[in-house]
Amino acid sequence: MNLIETLQTPFVWHALLGGLAIALVTGPLGVFIVWRRMAYFGDTLAHSGLLGVCVGFLLGLSPTLGVLIVCLALAALLAFLQSRERLAADTLLGLLAHTALALGLVALTFLETLRFDLAAFLFGDLLAIDNLDLLWVWGGGGIALVVLIAIWKPLLAATVDEALARAEGVPTARIQTIFTLLVATVIACTIKIVGVLLITALLIIPAAAAQRLARSPEQMAVRASVIGIVALFGGMAASLILDTPAAASVVTCATLLFALSRIIPTRR
Amino acid sequence: MTALSPATPSDTLLRAQAITFRRQGLTILDAVDLALSREEIVTLIGPNGAGKSTLLKIALGLQKPDTGEVWRAPDIRIGYVPQKLNINPAMPLTVRRFITLSAAASTREVESVLAATGVSFLIDASVHTLSGGEWQRVLLSRALLHKPALLFLDEPAQGLDVSGQNAIYALIRRIRDTTGCGILLASHDLHLVMASSNRVLCLNHHVCCTGHPEEIRHDPAYQSLFGGINLQQLAFYQHHHDHEHPLCEHEHHHSPSRSAHP
Repeated sequence: MNLIETLQTPFVWHALLGGLAIALVTGPLGVFIVWRRMAYFGDTLAHSGLLGVCVGFLLGLSPTLGVLIVCLALAALLAFLQSRERLAADTLLGLLAHTALALGLVALTFLETLRFDLAAFLFGDLLAIDNLDLLWVWGGGGIALVVLIAIWKPLLAATVDEALARAEGVPTARIQTIFTLLVATVIACTIKIVGVLLITALLIIPAAAAQRLARSPEQMAVRASVIGIVALFGGMAASLILDTPAAASVVTCATLLFALSRIIPTRR
Repeated sequence: MTALSPATPSDTLLRAQAITFRRQGLTILDAVDLALSREEIVTLIGPNGAGKSTLLKIALGLQKPDTGEVWRAPDIRIGYVPQKLNINPAMPLTVRRFITLSAAASTREVESVLAATGVSFLIDASVHTLSGGEWQRVLLSRALLHKPALLFLDEPAQGLDVSGQNAIYALIRRIRDTTGCGILLASHDLHLVMASSNRVLCLNHHVCCTGHPEEIRHDPAYQSLFGGINLQQLAFYQHHHDHEHPLCEHEHHHSPSRSAHP
């Protein structure tokens, strides 16, 4: 089968459509994760994905819904512990991330009837997207993007300086809670496609690559999405030609774009 | 000891009563009273760690006191210049964008507040390139853009040299005079503060003394708190000229007013 024929098969179209939705939403969401120094927070939520699949299975729900429930619960638990425990944020996140992953692995052994491809879950399966996955990623991603645009201005003010924004009347607590829900939603809707270990990369690498090329927050968000789309197409092409794992190829491609963004001269 | 304003109640913008605030077994603020009226600059002075920033944040509503009450005039606009800002260098942000983050403002309004603080030329500069003095002026511009009736300034002249401090305090007085807002200021720049304030509240976890700068300079509580400060120097600054000479500050070091004070 040559490349032209390959491009016409449904699994490639599904991968491109799903990847496009992911790149569109992870660009603007990712710049906030970079600005708010929340990379490890995203990673922690992603690590709970496996536990989410098990919870979904036990409750008779779809895996994505199970992941969403566990992500939201973990975000709430984290907020609660942060207000009570005198632990550094990264210690607390590491504790929760690896506990959630370990619990997921333990739970998996008890669920003998759950047929499950662990490798695909850890590293993603961009080339095995079905219609239901597309619905989740376009539905969940689309809603998240619309909400993010709606809260853009107050979220930006709260991100630059929380106390100053609050003094000026921005409802920062509410806005930041909504943002946390968005991160949990996007991770839950994309984790099956991109994988537990690679979703954080798609949130932060395109954003980091866009930083040096942008002169305003909005420009950085849009360019992060564009870089994400380029990484997606490049990674997919590499995957089809070189027969490399798709999601890992996309992340590698994003990293190359990041390196490129550091090299090319800017007008400033 | 009470710090309630003698002004008429309708002019009162802010009143805090019996504010107590404890953290980790330490009493940061103990039964502190505070009041502020229109066209008034009240300055909190005190050593580092005396609770000035905490009191400012409580007055502003950013922190809740353990006991005591804060009353702010209803529906008034608030401006705030925080002590420290920690903007992630990964965010591309111009001054224009920074000062309009939580305000809807026309270009003309933005230009006018930047002109008021003397930094019009910075409008399209990246905030990551600003010097300390430029930052303080940009922060003041952002506060002014909200047309505040009540302005909270936390160490507005920090990190500036003497002429820069003079210029900032002159600017603060001008803001009070032109807008009529009430200003609550926290500072440990004793000398300049004394010349700029209508009332000084000397804080070291509790209110040591309060009153007009003239009166409290002779208060034993004040003198014991700032005993090491050269009062001669203070007298000089107190009568420092009210107009700006950013480029010829040294010419005023032979101020004749010094002899008028003991």
